[in-house]
Amino acid sequence: MSLEIEVNGENREVNSPPDTPLLWVLRDELHLTGTKYGCGIAQCGACTVHLNGRAIRSCQVAVGDVGASSITTIEAVNSLAANAVRQAWTELDVVQCGFCQSGQIMQAIGLLERDPQPTDELTDAVMGSVACRCATYVRIRSAIHRAAEILGDSQ
Amino acid sequence: MSASLSRRDLLKTVASAALVLGFQPSGALAKSTPTGGNLTPFVKIFPDGRVAAIIKHFEGGQGTATGLSALIAEELNMSLQDIEFEMAPSDYDRYANSIIGAQATGGSASLADSFIQYRTAAAAARDMLITAAAETWGVPIESLTLRDRMISGGGRSGSIAEFVGQAVLLPVPAEPRLKDPEDWTVIGVDQKGRLDTPAKINGSAIYSMDLQFENQLVVAIKRTPRLGGRVAQIDDSAARQISGFVKAVAMPNGKGVMAYADTTWAAFRARDALDIEWDFSSAESRSSNELRDELTSLISAEPQFQASTTDLATTSAALADAAYLVEQEFYLPMLAHAPMEPMGATIEPLADGGVILHDGSQSPGHGHEVVSEILDLAWDSVQVNTLYAGGFFGRRSTPDADYIVELALAFAETDRTRPVKLQWSREDDITGGYYRPAYAHKVRIGIDDGGTIIGWDHRVAGQSLFKGTSGEPYMVQNGVDATSVEGVRDTPYLIPALHVGLSDQKGATTPNWWRSVGHSHTGYVMECAIDLCARTAGEDPVAFRLKHLVGDATDQKRMAGVIRLAAEKAGWGKALPDGHFHGIAAHKAFGTYVAEVCEISVDDDNLVTIEKFTAAVDCGIPVTPDIIRAQIESGIGYGIGHVMRSAITLTDGTVDQSNFHDYETLRIYDLSSIEVHIVQSTEPPTGVGEPGTPPAGPALANAIATSGLPMATHLPMIDHGIRFA
Repeated sequence: MSLEIEVNGENREVNSPPDTPLLWVLRDELHLTGTKYGCGIAQCGACTVHLNGRAIRSCQVAVGDVGASSITTIEAVNSLAANAVRQAWTELDVVQCGFCQSGQIMQAIGLLERDPQPTDELTDAVMGSVACRCATYVRIRSAIHRAAEILGDSQ
Repeated sequence: MSASLSRRDLLKTVASAALVLGFQPSGALAKSTPTGGNLTPFVKIFPDGRVAAIIKHFEGGQGTATGLSALIAEELNMSLQDIEFEMAPSDYDRYANSIIGAQATGGSASLADSFIQYRTAAAAARDMLITAAAETWGVPIESLTLRDRMISGGGRSGSIAEFVGQAVLLPVPAEPRLKDPEDWTVIGVDQKGRLDTPAKINGSAIYSMDLQFENQLVVAIKRTPRLGGRVAQIDDSAARQISGFVKAVAMPNGKGVMAYADTTWAAFRARDALDIEWDFSSAESRSSNELRDELTSLISAEPQFQASTTDLATTSAALADAAYLVEQEFYLPMLAHAPMEPMGATIEPLADGGVILHDGSQSPGHGHEVVSEILDLAWDSVQVNTLYAGGFFGRRSTPDADYIVELALAFAETDRTRPVKLQWSREDDITGGYYRPAYAHKVRIGIDDGGTIIGWDHRVAGQSLFKGTSGEPYMVQNGVDATSVEGVRDTPYLIPALHVGLSDQKGATTPNWWRSVGHSHTGYVMECAIDLCARTAGEDPVAFRLKHLVGDATDQKRMAGVIRLAAEKAGWGKALPDGHFHGIAAHKAFGTYVAEVCEISVDDDNLVTIEKFTAAVDCGIPVTPDIIRAQIESGIGYGIGHVMRSAITLTDGTVDQSNFHDYETLRIYDLSSIEVHIVQSTEPPTGVGEPGTPPAGPALANAIATSGLPMATHLPMIDHGIRFA
C-alpha cells in the first residue's frame, strides 16, 4: 500500500511502511539525501526538515503520520529567511565537514522565521539542539546575527 | 583508414586533451600523454580553459579542498573561486603522503606535504601555456603574462583555452620557477570562500551515506558487545518479519552478524531484531574502574620503558635538591571520535568483475588493499572513489581498516551483482570499540628556590596505538610507542633532568588515534602541570612559561611567540570583571605552536561559564588564513567538549554509552566567542587540523583552578566536581 506525501511542493507517492521514519523515506526512497542521519533519537538535529514551515526532527516522525502536512527539505527550502541564512553561511564560511549543516541551516531558518531578530538566549535555546562535532558554533552564531541583519535590511 | 582521417583524429585527440601536470613515481615532474602516462596528476587544464585541482587529501571539513586548490590558483595567477576540484583516485605510490609514507590524510600533514608539489605542477602548466602562446603569436615568452586564465602581452590577449591543445605537445619545463612570496596573491590572503561551501549549504554534497544505487543492499551489523566475543548462534525469526529484510549472515571472523535489507531503516530494524547468542569465553570482562586502577598502579610502579635520554636516577638526584616538589596524578578516560557521519561505505560491482569502493576515505590506499584482498581481485580491478567525509578526527582510518573490511566481507557474502552499502548507526559508533585509550600520568617536578624547574619525572601509562599494527616498526623504538609520549619528551620548555617512563596497558577496546593523537592527553597533563608549578612557585603562569622558553632556538622562540601573542590579545594580567578568570595553555603538535587563553566566569553557585577563547597559532606560512582560524576554532571546541563531559566507560567489558544523550557533545551555548590570531611567518607551512585541540582543555582547567575551584586532574571535568552553567 502506498502513501502520498507533499515534499518540496510536489505530491510524492511512497511505498515505505507507514511506521518508517520520514528521514529514511526522504533519503532512501526519495533520494533527498541532503537531510542527514546523525543519531536517530532527536539528539543531534542533523535530520531537521520543515513540516508546515516548522523545524522538526524527521527521524521522529513516522511517514504515515505526515498526512496532508507539507514537508520542505534543504534541497528546496526557499524564503527570505532561507536566502539570508545561505548568504550569511557563505559570507562567514561556516561549514567544515558540512554533515550537520543541512540541519543547522533548516533550524536557523526556522528560528529566523519565528523571530527575525533573535536574542542570543533564544538562539542558544533553539540552536542548542543541533550538534556540530566540528564545533562551528561560533560562526553559526555570527551567521545568525548576520542573517538577522540581512533580513532587517530587506524590510 | 586514410591518412587524412587519421590526421583529423589526431587533431581531434589533441583538441580534446586536457593539459595534465603531475609527477612520475620517480618524483620527476611530468605531463600526461595521449595514452595517459605514468604520473600523479595534480592539476588539469581542460580544453575549454577550466582548471581543476586534484585533491589527494580527502575533505573531511579540515579544508584541504580549498587549501590545495589555493596552491594551484597561486601559480596560475587566478582566483581561488575559479578552481574546480576533484578527489584523487587511490594510488599508493603516486599519491603517497611524503610525511606519512602512505596515501593517507593525517598527522595534520596535508598542506606541509603538498606545499611544493602542487605549486610546482601548476607553475609548469603556466609556463607551458605561456610558451604555447608565445610560439603562436611569434613573440618572446618574457613579454607574456598569464592572469585569470587570460594570456596577454605585446598588445595581444587570449584565453588559455586557445593554447591548451598546443601546450599539451610541449616539453615539460625541468624546473619551473615558483612565484616569489612577495608576488603571492592567493597564499596568505585572508579571504572567505571555501570551495566546498556551496554544495554544503544546499544538500548536494555527497557523503558515503548518501549514495543511492538502484537495487542496492544495505547492511547493518550487530557486533559483539564485548571485545573478543564471538557469535555462537543466530535466531533471525523476528528479523524475517521485517519488510525489506533479505538475510542475516554471521561474519566469517565471528565478530558479528550482518543483516541485509533493501533499505537502511529495514537493515537497522532487522539488525536490532536479531537474537544472537554470544560466546564470551575469551571476551573482555573488565570494567573501567578496574582498568583505571590498573593504570594507577602502572604509573606508581617501575616504568616498563624509558622514553627519555635522561634516566630516572639522574632525575631523582635533581629532585632531591628541589626547594619545592609538585606531585600530581592525572587520569584521562577513553573517548569516542563520534564524527557527525557514522561510518559507512559502498562497494559497487562493475560489469567486468571489478568493483568501486565509494568511501569518504582517510586512507584510500588501505581501503583499496583490503577490498582487493578480501574479494580476491587484482589491484587494477578495484577503484576507490573518495567522497566527502562527515568529519573524521582520526576515525576514518584504523590500523585494521575496520569498516572497509566489514563492507568487503558483506559484499563477499552476496552474488556480487548488487551494490552493497554498509551503514553504521550512532549506537554502532559510540559502542564500536575504537577509542582514544584511557591514560594515566604521574608527574613529580622539582623547583628550586628561584622558581625554576630543575627536574621532572613523568610517567605515562596506557594502550599503545601502534604496537601490533603495521606501523609498529616506524613508531615503536625500544618498546616506546612515540605517540604515547609525544608532547612530553619533546616539550619546548627547557626542563633539565626530564625523565619519561612509559608503561603499556593491555586494553579492553581497540586503540585508535584521535584528533591530535598522543597530544590529546600529553598536552593536557603538561599544561596543567606547568600551571601547578607556577602556582607553587608563586609566579604568573605566563611569566613562568616564558622563563622556561628562553633562548633563540626555534622551538622556544616560536612557543614563546604564541604565548606572548595570545596573552597580549586576551588582555592577560589586566583586570577582569568580577567573577571572571583567565587560564592559559600552549602546546606544540605536528610542528605547529598554539597558545590559548580561556576566560571563564563563575557564579555564586560555582557554575562555570566559558566566556571566551583567545588563541595564537604559528603554523609557518599561513596559506589560507581563514581556514587556519576555522580549524583552531574547531580544535578548541573539540578539545573542551570532551574534557568537560565526555567519557566512554565499561561495565563488565560492555560500553555504557550509546548515543549523544549519554556521550554528550559540545553545544552552541557552551562557548560563545573565539578569537584566533595568526603569527606571520616565512617558515614552511605546517598543519592546523589537530594542534588547536591539545591546549584547549588545560586552558579551561587552569582558568577553573585560578577561580579557586579544583584543578580537574581526573577527566571528564563533571566527574571531578566541576559544574557548567
